[in-house]
Amino acid sequence: MNGPVQHHILSVLVENKFGVLSRVSGLFARRGFNIVSLAVSPTEDERFSRMTIVVDAESAPLEQVTKQLNKLVPVIKIVELAPAEAVERELMLVTVKATADARSQITELASIFEAKIDDVGYESMTIMVAGAPTKLDAMTDLLQPFGIVELQRTGRIALPKLARRPARLRAVRTRSA
Amino acid sequence: MKLTGAQALIKSLEQEQVEVMFGLPGGAILPVYDPLIESSIRHVLVRHEQGAGHMAEGYAHATGRPGVAMVTSGPAATNVVTPLCDAYMDSIPLVVITGQVPYAVIGTDAFQECDTVGITMPVTKHNWLVTDAQDVPRIVREAFHVATTGRPGPVLIDMPKDVSNQMMDWEWPEQVDLPGYKPTLKGHAKQIKDAARLMGEARQPVLYVGGGILKARAAEALRELAELTGFPVVTTLMARGAFPDDHPLCLGMPGMHGNFTAITAMQQSDLLIALGSRFDDRVTGKLDGFAPDAKIIHVDIDPAELGKVRRPDVPIVGDCRVVIEELVKAVRAEKAKKAWPDIDPWMRQLREWQERYPLVYEQIEDGPLKPQYVIDTLRDNTPDDTIVASGVGQHQMWTAQRWKFNHPYTWVNSGGLGTMGFAVPAAIGAKVGKPERMVWAVDGDGCFQMTAQELVTASAERIPVKVAILNNAYLGMVRQWQEMFYEERYSEVYLSPDLPDYVKWAEAMGCVAFRVDTPEDVEPTIQKANEVDDRPVVIDFHTDFREKVYPMIAAGTSNDQVILDPAHDPYAAGH
Ligand SMILES: Cc1ncc(C[n+]2csc(CCOP(=O)(O)OP(=O)(O)O)c2C)c(N)n1
Ligand SMILES: [Mg+2]
Repeated sequence: MNGPVQHHILSVLVENKFGVLSRVSGLFARRGFNIVSLAVSPTEDERFSRMTIVVDAESAPLEQVTKQLNKLVPVIKIVELAPAEAVERELMLVTVKATADARSQITELASIFEAKIDDVGYESMTIMVAGAPTKLDAMTDLLQPFGIVELQRTGRIALPKLARRPARLRAVRTRSA
Repeated sequence: MKLTGAQALIKSLEQEQVEVMFGLPGGAILPVYDPLIESSIRHVLVRHEQGAGHMAEGYAHATGRPGVAMVTSGPAATNVVTPLCDAYMDSIPLVVITGQVPYAVIGTDAFQECDTVGITMPVTKHNWLVTDAQDVPRIVREAFHVATTGRPGPVLIDMPKDVSNQMMDWEWPEQVDLPGYKPTLKGHAKQIKDAARLMGEARQPVLYVGGGILKARAAEALRELAELTGFPVVTTLMARGAFPDDHPLCLGMPGMHGNFTAITAMQQSDLLIALGSRFDDRVTGKLDGFAPDAKIIHVDIDPAELGKVRRPDVPIVGDCRVVIEELVKAVRAEKAKKAWPDIDPWMRQLREWQERYPLVYEQIEDGPLKPQYVIDTLRDNTPDDTIVASGVGQHQMWTAQRWKFNHPYTWVNSGGLGTMGFAVPAAIGAKVGKPERMVWAVDGDGCFQMTAQELVTASAERIPVKVAILNNAYLGMVRQWQEMFYEERYSEVYLSPDLPDYVKWAEAMGCVAFRVDTPEDVEPTIQKANEVDDRPVVIDFHTDFREKVYPMIAAGTSNDQVILDPAHDPYAAGH
């Protein structure tokens, strides 16, 4: 996920109802829009959930994605977050080979990344790291030489950066046909 | 008042002023069929659930009111998937109610359980699984609201059997509260002004009219706009009748089998005013060669249509009627400000094409019966406001080309999905909705065999529709493609002219039936059919299988390459 930005982040407020996730994911599949990652979470208001969808910008014009999404009845509001102007965070769990002599190097690396060692086994350990997706990528690269046994990432959640200067936060029309 | 979920469902439909529904009962929907006995709602018992769905569509086409169908779970629910998809593609308001296994056993592969909500999600505007009888009135209210407003479309309510039997306190919701659903009706004022300005600069304009005009009940407004501007009008397959064919500004149908003038007018236009149309591939041909010099004004109630296929210069989201009425005002203002462009040279060019490239065919007196001759004779021997339904294939294209649609809501057809078997049930639904009007289905022999059993329904319910089968003994449209693009290698397209015996079959279904083989029998037999008004009539016209639909734009080619009938093309060698 390094290199030029090839994704869009959509923060989608939906009614917290049965089947909404399949409506949204079905729409993406049907229209040929690729999802890079998807996170669903409750919001401050229990009637609604928030989906943070990272869309592959190559696969579809963003305008079609948001317009089609808006047509789903349970979709209340879509906010597009420009990657440069959003706080994007993700969580990663990674199990890495850690023989006795490698352990201290890995621990040191973890502390640089403000990661937490969550489990230690006979010859491997599991590390948790949270932060910007690029930080997770960097951590992954550096752990690679030790031997990654298993790795999981949550997919990102995002909020707009606060207005130190005016945030470029574009509220996409909340209307639908 | 305490009601069961089933009673609440029927009462809610009555609240929505449903007069008629089309359906067929079964296990999971049994509780809902019981209170139907006391209801004011007429129920038409179909012979196949696909028929129920298409009847509801035909009813909606003809009346503008939502069509309602009710069927049981499992196989019945899957049988309505085709009409749902058809209605979704053509934006027809439908409310379909399906029975479901009890909520308590959903997910256990119970008898006749299927994931109806999951299966129909991609082909409905929205759908609901009812989990509590108390929600029934609200959901029905929402369902009708969603189906009929914005860009209309089908919706589905899945009703588990235990929810139907559950008691609830009746209360009809005052209003609909759907925070995520608020269609825009009014066009943006600045965009409308921009549109009027562009219209005032055009030299070769075309009003490109789609089915949205009919959905918005905007035919009157469109006529006013056309006459005010003097701009010519093309009506797509979905919009036949939205602008009268006998109007001097009407150029007829564009697209794959449109007429030369309508196709070429769009192609050479410098301004296309797309009103409730969606740049379908059957209209545009190869997209990157389509109307290369045209600026685009695009009006649609569905924002997703604007820019989906072709980027408009002036996009306007809104209801076609509301927007056109505003456009009329804006054009008046524009006209008051400056001279309106002279489009006479353009109109002269169009007239010249019309004269040079009319729709042609030849009926030889003793020769085989031409399908075009049947359609023309039917057209000329039926009232002007006759409703015509068609199947899908050559017969559909000839009807769309040749019929004179002078009134809106007289053409009932399956455009987007192209569903063979649509005609008979859709005609029945249209006749139920408009009993005072004459309703003819023009069907293909292949199509007829897909849903003909609904004529039993029509006989039993005394719904006197009329069916003209253009029996060419072939899956004619497919044969045409094999002839033209597969070197006459005919693969699985022959049907037989007399297996089945259509006359006997129709009579067995309670219809009056005739067979016609020669041109001179066409008119008298149509006259006889027109006199029957107490039961359905079927005429089996044996037509020339060699006849092909022209003009044609081959799939994937540009609209510059109109293929004319080689027998009549002044520039082609003889055939
Ligand atoms: C349900 C369905 N199956 C297949 C097709 C493909 N198809 C399009 S037209 C056509 C032939 C229709 O034959 P017929 O009803 O005899 O009409 P004709 O073209 O001969 O007038 C076929 C098979 C279709 N549109 N719908
Ligand atoms: Mg045929």
